[in-house]
Formats: sequence, C-alpha cells, structure tokens
Amino acid sequence: MIALLRIELYKIFHRPRTYISFGIVAAIALVIQLAMLADGKNFIGFALQGVSEQFDIKGNVLNGYLITYLILQTLLIHIPLLVALVAGDALAGEASIGTLRLLLTKPITRPGLVLVKFTASVVYAMLLLIWLAIIALGLSVLLFGTGDMINLKSDAFVMLLKDDVLWRYFAAFAFAGIAMMCVAALALLLSVFADNSIGPIIGTMGIIIVLTIFSTLQLPIFDAISPYLFTTHMIGWKGFFDAPVPYDAITHSAIVLLVYTILFVATTIIVFNKKDIQS
Amino acid sequence: MAIIAETKELTKSFGNTIAVDKLSFSIEEGDIYGFLGENGAGKSTTIRMLLGLIYPTSGTAYIKGQLFNNSKRHLLQHVGAIIERPDMYGYLSGWDNLRMFAAMSFKNIPKSRLEEVLEIVGLTGREKDKVKAYSQGMKQRLGIAIALVHSPDLLILDEPTNGLAPQGIVEMRNLILHLSRDHGKTILLSSHLLHEIEQIASKILIIHRGKKMVEGPAEQLLDPNETLVEVQMEPDDNIARMIKATQWHGSLTGSGPAHLTFKMHPGKIPGLNKWLVENGAKVIDLHSKHSLEAYFLSLTNDSATPHRTV
Repeated sequence: MIALLRIELYKIFHRPRTYISFGIVAAIALVIQLAMLADGKNFIGFALQGVSEQFDIKGNVLNGYLITYLILQTLLIHIPLLVALVAGDALAGEASIGTLRLLLTKPITRPGLVLVKFTASVVYAMLLLIWLAIIALGLSVLLFGTGDMINLKSDAFVMLLKDDVLWRYFAAFAFAGIAMMCVAALALLLSVFADNSIGPIIGTMGIIIVLTIFSTLQLPIFDAISPYLFTTHMIGWKGFFDAPVPYDAITHSAIVLLVYTILFVATTIIVFNKKDIQS
Repeated sequence: MAIIAETKELTKSFGNTIAVDKLSFSIEEGDIYGFLGENGAGKSTTIRMLLGLIYPTSGTAYIKGQLFNNSKRHLLQHVGAIIERPDMYGYLSGWDNLRMFAAMSFKNIPKSRLEEVLEIVGLTGREKDKVKAYSQGMKQRLGIAIALVHSPDLLILDEPTNGLAPQGIVEMRNLILHLSRDHGKTILLSSHLLHEIEQIASKILIIHRGKKMVEGPAEQLLDPNETLVEVQMEPDDNIARMIKATQWHGSLTGSGPAHLTFKMHPGKIPGLNKWLVENGAKVIDLHSKHSLEAYFLSLTNDSATPHRTV
C-alpha cells in the first residue's frame, strides 16, 4: 500500500496542473493582502462603522489575523474546487487516458486502489491547506503584524486577544482538513461513475454549491434538512473564532463530516469493485 | 506442456447482447496463441475477463491452474498485458512509467531488469524522454516492456500492431517472435488480421460474434493441402453437370451456373484450369486461397459458417 501511495503521489506532484491549484491559492491570498495594504484602513473603517460609535477601538486592528480570516472566508468555495480537481480526476482521469485498465492488469485489489487514490487526494488537500496557512497566515502576519482579532459577525462581533488567536487558526485548519477529506471522498465517488474528470469535478462543485444554498438559506423547508447536510458542517471551523468556542457543535460537525467521508469512500469501493472496466 | 491460462464456458452479456458465448480454450506453455476475430467479435472482452477487468456473466477463467476471480488478483503476477492502445502517463518519462508499473507488480525488480527490458524492446537511449513525445510504435514497445518487466509467464498482447506503420508492424512481429523464441514467453496475441496471426502463431483460435468457430494448431489450420479454389465463369449449366462425372467432383464444395468452388491441393489447380477450358467453360477468374483465409473471410463477410475444431 505504501508503495502504491508513493506512486500516486509521484503522479499527482509530477503533473503540472497540480501546481496551478497552489498558484491560485497564492494569487487570491496575495490579491487580498495587496488590496488591504493599499486600502485596508478604509475597509476597516467601513466594516467597524456601527461598532466604533459605541466602542473605542484602539491598536492594530488591521492585523495579520484579521486578514487571514478574510482570506479564509473568500476561499470557502475555491478550496473545495481545487480539491475536487485532483480527487475527481483520480479514477475518471485514469479511465479517460486509458491507464485504468493498465493499472488493473497489475495484482492490485480494487478496494486497495480506491483507498490509495483517496489517501493521495487527502494528502494533496492537506498540503494545499498547509500552503494556504503559510501564504494566508504566515504572510499576512509578516505584512500586517499581529494584534487582537475582531471577528465581525452579522449580529455581533467577537474580540479575541492577540495571544489567544494562533491556536484557533491551527484548530481551524485541522477542521478544514476534515472538511476537505469529505470533499475529496465525494469527488472520488463521482469519479467512479465517469470516464472523464470534467463530470466529477463539476458534479462535486454543483453538489457543494446547491447544498450550501440549502444550508445557508434560512427558509423553513431547508431548516429541516440543513442539519443533515455535510455542507452545513463544512463551515464548522468558524466556531473556533467564537468566544466561548462551541466545542460540542464543532465536535458534532466533525463527526458528521467523518461519517459522510466513510459513507462516500465505502460506496466508491462497492461500486468500483463491481464495475466492468471498459474504458 | 503445462496449461498457463484457460477459460471454461466463459460468457459475457451486456444487456441482451451476448458479447462472449461459452468460450472455452486453453493456452499451453510456450504457445504463441493467435486469437483471431473481426472487430467486435469479443476478443477484447474475453481478454478483459481473463485479466479481471470485466466480470464474466458465467463461466470461469484459470491462471496457472488456479481459478481466477476478484479475490485472487495476486495471480496477475503471472501475467503481463497490453490491451488495445498502450496508454501511459504522457507527462512522465518512459523510465518513470516503467518504474511505476514495475513497482505495482509487488516483486523486487532491480534497476538492471528495467534496463534489460528496455533493451529487449529497443527503447534504450529514449527512456528519459517524456512519453507524450513517443511515436505510436515506441508507446507499443514501452507497453510491452511494462508487460514484461516482472517476468510474467503469460504475455497478453491485444491488437499490438494497431496504429503502427508497416515498418512498425514488421518490427512488432519480430519482437513477438524474439520474446517467444529467445525468452521462452507464452503469448496470447489477439488480432483482427489473419495474416498477422498466421505468420507467427503456433495455435489459432477464431471467434465470431463471441463464439468459438475454429481452434487448432496453426500448421493444421493453415494446411497447404487444403487450398480453396474459386472459379468465376460465364453462366453455363453444363459445366456443373459435366463435372460430376470427373475426378474433380470429389473436390467440389459448391457450384452454380456462374461459379464453382473446390478444396484441393494447389498442385492440381493447373489441371482443373485445363479441364475447364477444354470443356468450354468461359473462365473469368480463377483464384486460390488457403482454407483458413477463406474461412476467415467468409466470417468477416458475414456468411453462414460451420464450427470446426482441428
């Protein structure tokens, strides 16, 4: 299994398009950082318009922690798309270029191949998140320094002390890892039904976008199903920037995501194990 | 000779279509087993079942005497295959492709073995090039190197000359013969072209619409004494009637006012021609083909055909 995983990772990281994802993440983060460098003070003034009338806010408000939060909010949809680019290609891409049949003439079990593909996709997703952490958090802190973080919500704002922020980001990135694992599992599941990778990639994004609408639209009809949708729980990382941290809700969300992940991977294995390879 | 691979009543249906119908055959050690059939006859489906890519609807496949199914994929260590096109990772070098697929055989394959198979297929010096820069022939060769690298007992080559230029076809044929004669490989060679198979196969199996039509040692199927002679002439009922009283009647396999067919030794053809002319037949065309060729052509021309085993 380790040898197979090494091969999968070798293939992923020797493909030029893999690095496009890393480039996109860096580009988005840099654009936001440059915009904030240029016009951040106005942005903060506008954002804190209502708050500053009642509170006297001093210190480095436009700090690296706040910028990182803004970047993460912006990349909410992009990161799953970038994960789907690789996971959705895992089986369908092999079928499309004809290497799937060559792979399966080797003494590899089909469940083994699915697990290796899934693990490799997860490794890629984790590396993408680490890259995001370096670019978004690391560079923002370098450019803007640190300070107390203001988390502006629709109905409240949370003030987090400077020394109490960094661990929250590490926890949030770890949670995002679980969420991206779920996205990778979904993309892999769709990948098993297709003979080209466009379908699974678009399919994954379509599902995430539609379910996110169900999760966020506060209509009674969606309220009933919202708690059961994995997209509702994908944004659980935001809980780490609340005070106090809603650990129960975060743990619940993480468990839901893990259950969905197991469900998606198990279904992939069952379907792939029964599939005739005709590509 | 030990049997390397075998199928028993192997059947595959896709909906109401039967792609392979109760196909049984066995490949013995050292064979170059020619697997012949027109496009869509069921060759690739059969090969995919033999490799576990497609699940049979019924029937069984055996590799080295052991029943092969999804839970016994380790048996594929004994098999190397290229199926239809030699598709590989174009963005990687030939060496990387070879190294990766070698690792998937779960055998400890030294670097020298990789170099050896590249030498065998004639790709030494080009292994560092990206596969996307390879010609079709080079890809086929790399495909064979990948199939060979773990020293399998059986090499399955499905239409290995597809897309090759005439020179590439000759080189591929020589390579297959080299693998058989000098490396002792047992080879299952599938093709829709009879002349490709008949030049190198030791045994031949012809399938048509998923069914076995004929199987046997090549030298018997390609028996030079079994030449088929087809005569076309201007319509003349008398010739067919007259011929019944001659020595040629025993060789006659079909007749009509404007055509006659015979099965005979090629040495007798001039005599037949002479008799026809002397008896007033206005011959338009007389040509011969060996019986297997005629038989295969009759299949591909979709005419009714008997099932025979030599």
